[in-house]
This record gives sequence, C-alpha cells and structure tokens, in this order.
Amino acid sequence: MRALQVDKKITKLGMARVLSALSPAAAAKVGPLDLVSIDPPALPGDGWHRVHTHLAGICGSDLATVEGHASAYFDDWVSFPFVPGHEVVGHLDDGRRVVVEPVLGHAARGFEPPFPGAAPGDGNDYAHLVTGHLEPGIQIGFCNSTCGGWAPEFVAHESQLHDVPDSMSDEAAVLVEPAAGGIHAALLTWPVLVGVDRPVVAVLGAGTMGLCAIAGLRRYVPNVQIIVGARYPHQQSIATAFGADIVVKPDELARAVRRASSSHMVGDYLSGGADATIDAVGTSDSIAQCLRITRPRGRVVLMGMPADVSVDLTGLWHRETQLVGAYTYGTETMPDGARRRTFDLAIETAQACRLEQLVSATYRLDEYEDAIAHAASAGRRGAVKVAFDLRPDAAKHSTKASS
Amino acid sequence: MPRPGFVHEVDRSTPPVLFWRGENFSLEKLPAGRSRVIYPPEPLKALDDIDGAIVHALLNPHGQDPLPAQLFPGMKLTIAFDDVSLPLPKMRTPDIRQRVMEAVLDMAAQAGVDDVHIIAALGLHRRMHEYELRHALGDRIFDAFHPRGMLYQHDAEDPENLSIIGTTDHGEVLEINKRAADSDLIVYVNINSVPMDGGWKSITTGLASYKCLSHHHTGETLQNTKSLMGHRKHSALHTSIWRLGMVLRDQGPTVFQIESTLNTDMFPAPFDFINKREWEWTAKDRATYLGTTKALNRMPTRMARKMFHNIEAPHQMTSVQAGDTELVHEITLEHVYRQQLVPVEGQTDILTLGIPYVCPYNPDGIMNPILVMCMGLGYLFNMYRNKPLVREGGVIIMTHPTYREFHPVHHPSYIDFFEQVLPDTTDPVVMGQKWEKQYAEDEWYRHLYRTGNAYHGVHPFYAWYWGAHGQQHAGKIIIVGGDAPTVRRLGFTPASTMDDAFEIATDVVGRAPTITHLHVPALLVADVT
Repeated sequence: MRALQVDKKITKLGMARVLSALSPAAAAKVGPLDLVSIDPPALPGDGWHRVHTHLAGICGSDLATVEGHASAYFDDWVSFPFVPGHEVVGHLDDGRRVVVEPVLGHAARGFEPPFPGAAPGDGNDYAHLVTGHLEPGIQIGFCNSTCGGWAPEFVAHESQLHDVPDSMSDEAAVLVEPAAGGIHAALLTWPVLVGVDRPVVAVLGAGTMGLCAIAGLRRYVPNVQIIVGARYPHQQSIATAFGADIVVKPDELARAVRRASSSHMVGDYLSGGADATIDAVGTSDSIAQCLRITRPRGRVVLMGMPADVSVDLTGLWHRETQLVGAYTYGTETMPDGARRRTFDLAIETAQACRLEQLVSATYRLDEYEDAIAHAASAGRRGAVKVAFDLRPDAAKHSTKASS
Repeated sequence: MPRPGFVHEVDRSTPPVLFWRGENFSLEKLPAGRSRVIYPPEPLKALDDIDGAIVHALLNPHGQDPLPAQLFPGMKLTIAFDDVSLPLPKMRTPDIRQRVMEAVLDMAAQAGVDDVHIIAALGLHRRMHEYELRHALGDRIFDAFHPRGMLYQHDAEDPENLSIIGTTDHGEVLEINKRAADSDLIVYVNINSVPMDGGWKSITTGLASYKCLSHHHTGETLQNTKSLMGHRKHSALHTSIWRLGMVLRDQGPTVFQIESTLNTDMFPAPFDFINKREWEWTAKDRATYLGTTKALNRMPTRMARKMFHNIEAPHQMTSVQAGDTELVHEITLEHVYRQQLVPVEGQTDILTLGIPYVCPYNPDGIMNPILVMCMGLGYLFNMYRNKPLVREGGVIIMTHPTYREFHPVHHPSYIDFFEQVLPDTTDPVVMGQKWEKQYAEDEWYRHLYRTGNAYHGVHPFYAWYWGAHGQQHAGKIIIVGGDAPTVRRLGFTPASTMDDAFEIATDVVGRAPTITHLHVPALLVADVT
C-alpha cells in the first residue's frame, strides 16, 4: 500500500528544519516524510484489529516531526521508520466505525494495567512504551509495529478503540483525539481552582488544541472565567462560540487577565493573575508569557508541545508557580469527584460543539506536500484542522478548494 | 502691528497648504474655487514689562483688595497653579507661573506669612516630573518648598486630604483639596491658553476629587456642550462648573484669581515656517520645510518625538489680571479672543484638521490614538464661537499617523481603554455607563496615578468625552495617513491620501463640497456667523 512514512535521516531532518522557516511546502519536499510503498502491518496478536483510515488529522507534533523540530527526547521513545497519524477515524474489518485512542498502553503491549479499567494513557511508569512485543512507540503514529493513520490501514488494540455514534460525521470524529487532549488540559487546571469563587483561566493560542481546551473548560470546569489570546479572527470567533468570556489578541492577553484578576502590573509580571493558564503554543515566548500572567501559586498547563526552550524561571521560583505538562489523556477525576475516560468526554464534546466545523481542508495522501504546507500555516490561512482523506470517494469530500 | 487672522479663498495660484501629521508635516493641495483656509491672527506684541505688569495686577486687583492687604502673619496661604498640560509647546523659561508666583511669594514674605503651600492643580492629570516642576516654577521656588513638603501635587484620590465645600441646587457636590479648602486664602495662578480654560474651572476641576469631576465630565454633558470655546451659556460643562463655582464663592475660602494670556508665537526657528502663510514662505522657508520633512521621514518616531517635545516656545504674556474670579475671567476672555478670534462666514461641508504631535494630555509623551480623537474632535473641532465650522452631518478629515502606540507610564489605562472599551463601543454615553466605574475603581490605576506619573484611570474616558460633540455632529470622520486598523477601532474611516479622503467624503457631502482648513498652529477661534 502507499503510505506516508518518516525515516530517521539526519540530513533530511536538518534540511527540513532549515527550510521550514522559509517555506513549509519546501520543508515537506526535502524532509524525512516520503510517500512510499509498504506492506500493511501484521496483526501483533489477539485483541488487535485492522483499522481502515477514513480521515487522519495533521497535528502540531506531526508537523514538528516532519519539519525536523521535534526534540531528541523522542529518539528513544519511537521506532523508525514509522507512519504518522494519530488523530484517526476509520472502520474495522467488521464495519465498526471507530476513533482510535492512540497511546500504546499496558493492555496493547501485553502488560497488566496499572489499575482495573485503566485507559491507555494511565500509569506512572512508562517502561511499557519501549518494551513488550511491539517496537518502541508512545502512540500509534510513532511506532514501527503498528503503522499509523497516514496510510490506508494500520493496526490498533481493542483497548484503543472507541465506537463512533452513527450520528457523528467522520469530520467530527477525527477531532475526538485532539478534543480529548484539550479536555485533559482543561481538567488539569482544576486543582488550583478549587475554592476560588470565580476562577480565571487564560488560554494562550487558539489553534485546534487551544479551541478544544476552551470547549473543555466551558463544559467541565464549573464557573470558570475563560480569557483567550487568539491571533486570527476566525480563531477568535470560534473561541467565543466555544464559551470564552473574553477573547483578545495574544499581545493583549496580559492586560485582559490583569483587568479580570484586579492585579497590578509590576514590570512584565502581573502582581496576581490567572489562577491557571493553558499554553497551547509551546514556545519559549509563550511559556514566558504564561508565567507572567499566572498568579503566585497558580498553574501553567503546558499543552503545546515544546522542544528546547529558554525561559527565565526566576518568576516561577518566586511565585511558586506550578508548570505542568498536559500530554494526551486517560482517566480523569472530574470536579465533582467522578471518574471519567477523557475519550468519552471528547466524544460528547465533539457532538455538542459540532467539532466538524474545525476541519478546514482535506487532502489525498499524494497531496501531502500541499497538506503539510497548509497545516503549517493554518492560522494565517484561516484554517484550523487540516486532514488526510483516505475514503474511496475522497475527491467528493475534499474541502481544500473552499479553504 | 500684527495682522489679524483671515479667511483665504483657495484659487489656482494658492500653493499647497501645510498640515501637521503628528511628528511630521505634509503639504496638501486643496480644490480651488470651493476651499478656504482660516489663518490665525499674527502673534500680538507681548507686554513690555511683564514683571511690572504682574505686580501691578496684584496691587490693583478687580473686585478685591490688593493682595498684600489680604495677607497676614499666621494665615494659611495656598497657591495653586495650572499644570503641565499648558502652555503648548512649553514656554521658554522663566515660565509665567514662576514669574507670577515669585511676585506672590515676595508679598507673602513681606507680610510675614510663613504657612504657604504650593499645589499643582492636576485634577486627574498625571503628576508632573521634577524637571517639569522646575521648568514651570524655577529652581528657587522648587528648592525652597519641595524638600519641605510644601510644594506638592493635588491627589484627587486621597480621601484624607479632600474636603466637601457644599452642594449645588443640581446635587453636584463640590469636593476639593482639603488644604485649599481650609486656607484663609487661595491664590490661583492660571495660564489661559484657550477660552475654555480659567474662571471657576481652575479650582473646581484642578483641585477637585474624582467624585466632583464626575458630575460634569460625562458623555452626556460633553454632547450637550455645544460651544466649548465660545459662549458659556451654550456649554453644559461650563454651566455645571459655574454652579460649583458659586458654591465655592459662597461657602468656600476666598480665592484670589490670577489669570494671564499668551500670544501665539508658538514655534521658534527653524520651525517658524509653521507659523507663516504658505504663499509668504521664502526660499529659506521652503528649503527648511523640505529638509525638515525629509529628515523626519528618516528619523525614528521616538527621536522625532523627543525633538518636538524639547521645543521651547517663544510665546509670551499679553495680559495679566487678578482678583475676583468672575471679573478677572471676563477680562481674560477679551484678551484671548483679541489674539485668537477670526471672523468666518458660514459653515462648510468638510473641515480639514492637521493633528500635531502634542495635545494637553501628552506633554513629553506619546500622542496615542485616543488623544488623536481628543485633539481633533475635542479641541480643534471646538475652536469656534457661535456655531461649528463644519455643518451638522458634514465630514471631518484629520491627518495623523495614528500609530497604535501608548506611553506605558503616562497612559496605562489608555491601553486598556483601547483594547477593552473601544472594541465594545465608541459611544461616549454607553461607555460611561458600562465601563467607567471599572476604570475608576481599578487599584492599579489608582496606585499609578497617586504615586507615579500616570493619568487617572478614567482619563481616557474624559479624553473621549471631550470629542463627544464633534463625534455626534459629524456625518463621517476620516483620518488620512493613519494606521488603518487603529483608525477603524476609533470608529473612523482610514484614507491613504487627502484625495482619497475627499473621494470617500463624497458619499456624505456630494461631489463638490465646500472645504475649510483650520490652519494650526497657531491657535485660533473661528467666529462663525
């Protein structure tokens, strides 16, 4: 089958990294991503299924990989060559339509779950991600053994599959995975909001993940005041539709938070600030900005995937700010104490918020250079989510012309 | 003998006319046959013996005993003075305030008065920097009074140091500086740059609390102020202020008002071409203009701004009078009008205004977008007596770069106003009802106003209210050369050239509108009949 594959070629990674600053399309052309012919992966064992891709999204972490920006941290947690694609909706051989929870957890790798009913992302030891009967890989889409969604088919374990309601379109379903990530980040703010009368949560960045975090905050975090820094008009309007109370441009976020939190501004920092801030960008500048606008003993939830960053942490030290990563999803403890699977919350959210509206353009696999270029400049081009469409009638579904 | 102001009808031989564009200028060709330019009167001759005139005014006041007769040992004397908002540009030293105050202090010393406080009447303006106080008052006064805590700046947010004098029959509470209220005599040292200033406005705004100011500094009041620079009875603002003045007169301490007027000699060489009529420019003036604009085009705005704010104007005193506030102010207005009034026949379809780098609220600072609105619609539009230069529903065209830039120390709440209030509404009444309270009660703004050099939190509202009548009166407002998104946020229409602006204006005023350009500087008041 024809699939998009990433190989570990240092030269290509370097060239992509250099060129990506000038032209994402050129970076895609020279980078480590190639359209190749490969054999479909074998089923690794019992409980595994073959998934036939319908739609597969292009995520920020995918872009970082194909543009050569991903951290060397992942070198030991993935296995090359791999087929990317972890935001996937497809169908099984028996016709079930599913979305995939891509984390290759204990059950998928043949280990005992950390607790009964655990989600793939749960657990406090990641040894299973690089051991067991699969090649190393944190998720489908980064593992040589499973293939990924940027191919007509790949394999997934039963523990990773969630049925898609009949009423939900593929376009909404492909957003379930990023929605789960956003909801997880939203719920990670809760510990510092407990007991605050009208907590303020700031969200910096309103790409797919930022917008999903806003939806998650509004739906699952009670009485929260959401202030969003969104660069582009279409992002601002969706942020408002998803429940943000105040939407401003990113450079106006600090002052908006100051006003909402009745703080002073002391140098670059607020004297108080947001109770929690979600960084949906993940750069040195964004982390620094989040630290500046979060109150002492507040929490910065780092949802956007960073790489090497340079940040002055004096403020974090002085203000005892919590800097917390938000990777994927799992089993959540809700504000009322209930335990819920993030993917279940995400499926609800995808329906309630009509997340299909976030799919701005779809491409065939052989159009991957254009697709990557579009995804890399999505905000600027008025888009949110760009995806590959592998359905047989992809041309009929294609939305790129309208984007 | 200085020539009076006049109205020049533009014909084919009229050269392009000078427009301010912030920290730069442009020459604009106005359509012949239907355009006119209003030129200000030339500067009146300054008083020959300024110090002698000041002493004469103090010894021969109107409606009161001479100042020395009102001074006695053991008394509480408070001298209040107009702040850095005027004159513009700042005048060459010695400043009039220094000269007047030194004369007053000499008399106080001779009378054995030793309890003297000097207070900058800021209202809600920013506190003056030390170098500004020294410039206005001179080193001698500053060094004698400031270190001992007897020269300071009014604080409209200090509940411990405010005192209620009384209430008008309209329910307006007059609350002013406690030291001034408790004094045996207040001497107020004023500079009357424009007809709006002076009179009861000096103390009832300059030494007032926010609560007191909020009675009349509102969108409604300024919309109903149909003549800010003309007849007081047409100004809702002044009507309210005069009511408060009556309370001060009847229930407050004695006020010895000293008012002075300036001529309009505003720019020294090499910028003196600004004051001239274009067809009278010499070859040297033209060369200076070209050299100046080319240099300014290449200069970073920050540097150009510094250069302009460093200008010290040669304008000088044309009159000084003292005594009873109302009697004094009537004479002052005569002198202001003598210098600034220009008779103009009929209104116009389009009024063009060049907006300079400075207005009363950004000395040594940045002319931010809100101040562009304030200067254009609050000040220059209002430079008329009887009726506005532009007809109701006409078009106002301003030239200014309207950059989205703010002085973070002077104008912190202006930034929030621009980011929070203007995207919501540009209606002065609506914003007052919906947003002003939040800005008035913001502790950070309060802290910066009281201890730093920031305008009060509500000051951007006041700046906006100042343009309320002009905003309501005009059918369309266009800014030429401004940053387009910023201009739009102000609720105005951007245009890249003057010709584009005229084209845009045709939607409102048709294809052959009459055009009037208010030639500033210098200051002028159009007496429109």
